[in-house]
Amino acid sequence: MIQQMGHEEAQTALVEFHDVTYSLPNTTIISDLNLTVERGETLVLLGESGCGKTTTLKLINRLLTPSSGEVRVEGKSTTAWDAIELRRRIGYVIQEGGLFPHFTIARNVGLVPALSGWDDARTNERVREMLNLVGLDPDRFAERYPRELSGGQRQRVGVARALAADPPLLLLDEPFGALDPLTRASLQREFAELATRLGKTAVLVTHDVREAMILGQRIGLMHKGHLLLLESPERFRASDHPQARAYLETLNVETLNVNGGAS
Amino acid sequence: MSFWQFLQANWSELLLLVRQHIVLVFVSILVAVIIGVPVGIILTRYRVLRGPVLGIANVMQTIPSLALFGFLIPLPFIGGIGTRTALVALVLYSLLPIIRNTVTGILNVDPNVREAAVAMGMTGGQVLRQVELPLAMGVIVTGIRVATVIAVGVTTIAAAVGAGGLGVYIFRGLRQYDNNLLLAGALSAALLALAADSLLGLVERQFSFETKRSVVARRLALAVAVVLIVGGAVFWLSRSTPSSESRIAVGSKDFTESALLAEIVAQMLEERGVSVERRFELGGNLPHEALVAGTLDLYPEYTGTSFTAILQHAPVTDPRAVYDQVKQEYADRFKVEVSQPLGFENTFAILVRGEDARRLNLKTISNAATEAPRWRAGFGQDFMSRADGYPGFSKTYGLKFAEVREMDLSLTYIALSSRQVDLIAGNSTEGRIPTLDLFQLADDRRYFPPYEAVYLVRQDSLTRVPALQEVLAKLANAISTDEMRRLNYEIDGKKRDPKEVVREWLKGKGF
Repeated sequence: MIQQMGHEEAQTALVEFHDVTYSLPNTTIISDLNLTVERGETLVLLGESGCGKTTTLKLINRLLTPSSGEVRVEGKSTTAWDAIELRRRIGYVIQEGGLFPHFTIARNVGLVPALSGWDDARTNERVREMLNLVGLDPDRFAERYPRELSGGQRQRVGVARALAADPPLLLLDEPFGALDPLTRASLQREFAELATRLGKTAVLVTHDVREAMILGQRIGLMHKGHLLLLESPERFRASDHPQARAYLETLNVETLNVNGGAS
Repeated sequence: MSFWQFLQANWSELLLLVRQHIVLVFVSILVAVIIGVPVGIILTRYRVLRGPVLGIANVMQTIPSLALFGFLIPLPFIGGIGTRTALVALVLYSLLPIIRNTVTGILNVDPNVREAAVAMGMTGGQVLRQVELPLAMGVIVTGIRVATVIAVGVTTIAAAVGAGGLGVYIFRGLRQYDNNLLLAGALSAALLALAADSLLGLVERQFSFETKRSVVARRLALAVAVVLIVGGAVFWLSRSTPSSESRIAVGSKDFTESALLAEIVAQMLEERGVSVERRFELGGNLPHEALVAGTLDLYPEYTGTSFTAILQHAPVTDPRAVYDQVKQEYADRFKVEVSQPLGFENTFAILVRGEDARRLNLKTISNAATEAPRWRAGFGQDFMSRADGYPGFSKTYGLKFAEVREMDLSLTYIALSSRQVDLIAGNSTEGRIPTLDLFQLADDRRYFPPYEAVYLVRQDSLTRVPALQEVLAKLANAISTDEMRRLNYEIDGKKRDPKEVVREWLKGKGF
């Protein structure tokens, strides 16, 4: 396992939420959230749309700042970080990849290294390495534009872009949501493998309980701005919390439909 | 003359006007982009400013172009006559589409893409330069394209403030009922608009990231755009702008005779080594305002016009009194010298057909009073409405016509000779009077005020360029009414080049 962080900080959790509330003038999106993300783990936030899971993600890379409470990254409050520096240390993947339509694939992937002032040769080398890592042939794809790629390929590019500057932390917002079931399944598998191999810490947001079970080392169930549960997949499966049960039922139905063939 | 022959004869002048037109449009659009795009960007950052600024730009565009030009003329620094004023007005017109499309383009960038850019750790400036502007560029170029096409059209009005361009042909064509001039001006302007539109359409397509396109086509279009921009800049910079102490700006009003009188002075000055800037065919009161402001050194005028229109006196019929008072007041109020009269008047001429005059033995307007009840009269709009026009005229001579038709002045001559009407009020120096065999009835009760032709010249110009004194002295009483009619006919009737007509006339006179 590659440990990116300085070892003197190895004990502190990578991300900590302390009594975090985030509210807009009329509504409270997140109330009193306490949460820690340990180094090397993949934490999945599960919930229906509007439950506050995406907001939680954006509080980590300071796209949003808490109304009260504190979010710490590497032991330092996000408001104390230089926002630009903080974001360049955090990979960010969104649905459809959020790629820049006017950049080639190579330029999309090499974006953060280029912003961080890497020279061209090093950036190019890194881009090829990343494309290979996500299973795209650099010779075929580097000079293409996002519109020329399929949804699954774009998503791979999105992951490659998030990994390019070798950030210690990855944030993924429903990264595989827009894909067809087969592509989604294979990308989920590959991502799980990749995260383990690279030892990345990741926070992933999804409304798909199956995805949560496959990818998460811990699953946080969110509902109306509250974190209801935070458990390992095994304990989540055994939970008798009504919300958790509701999700698990859908899993059972699906499992029945495919004759119990799913994992 | 066929349109083709006209083009062959006037090719070089037409090209010059096209060039002026392109330069005006190019420079004004360039300035509008330099101002408009940053303003648009600011408006996307400060929502509160958006309404007011776009509102002002909107109002700017609804002002009729001629009114905007008129409004700009008296202003210091940006006003006056000529290219600068035209550019200011054109820039104001071009701003709205450019600002609006910049705002729309940036606000329409996919919020996910913008968020991704911020989340990647781009600074505000990087988001703007690397993401928002490139993605908004297609919409911005559309705005520039719209502004350019509008500017090509509005620039035709710029001729009214002496900025040149294809409007010169269009205005001249309208005045002289010359379809060749009109066609050459309007057709060229239309072609320019089409060319600009399709060219910018090509550029615009290069910024559409949703459709596939070849890299080659993209590079080609980019190269074309670069060549055009650089070419335009070189074009603009290469414009010769000689400036010297002994330079004289000669102006004229927007009709043939005024331009001809101005051309006479211009050629005589050039003969004496003075460099001349021609600011001909200026509309309305422009020549006067420009003269007073110092943008013009000299232009031809009529004493009666100065007396009533500029100095605002009630019409007086004694030529000497009018001349003396105009001379005195111009010197006192404007520091402008009035030259000796040139020898002819351009006043209303009451005209009948020559054969009628001979048959009925008509010499004076009084003679015609008995015939009037059986006659139809045709008068221009101007004559019908002005202080020294129809109402006083009919009263003075006790005239009652069977019918009075108000029509365009220039058409009355043909209406008279083709027996549509029997009496008209034309211009005394109209070139078609002899050629259509028309007869001018004498103003025996001295109703019409004197309109003696003179040159108005700034006093400081006279001291700065001594040759002016000599030229004006030579032209005193040098042009008779018959001569002026003939000169007008050479240009309006025979469609000859004014410069050539003037050259010939000067030679004949031995000036």
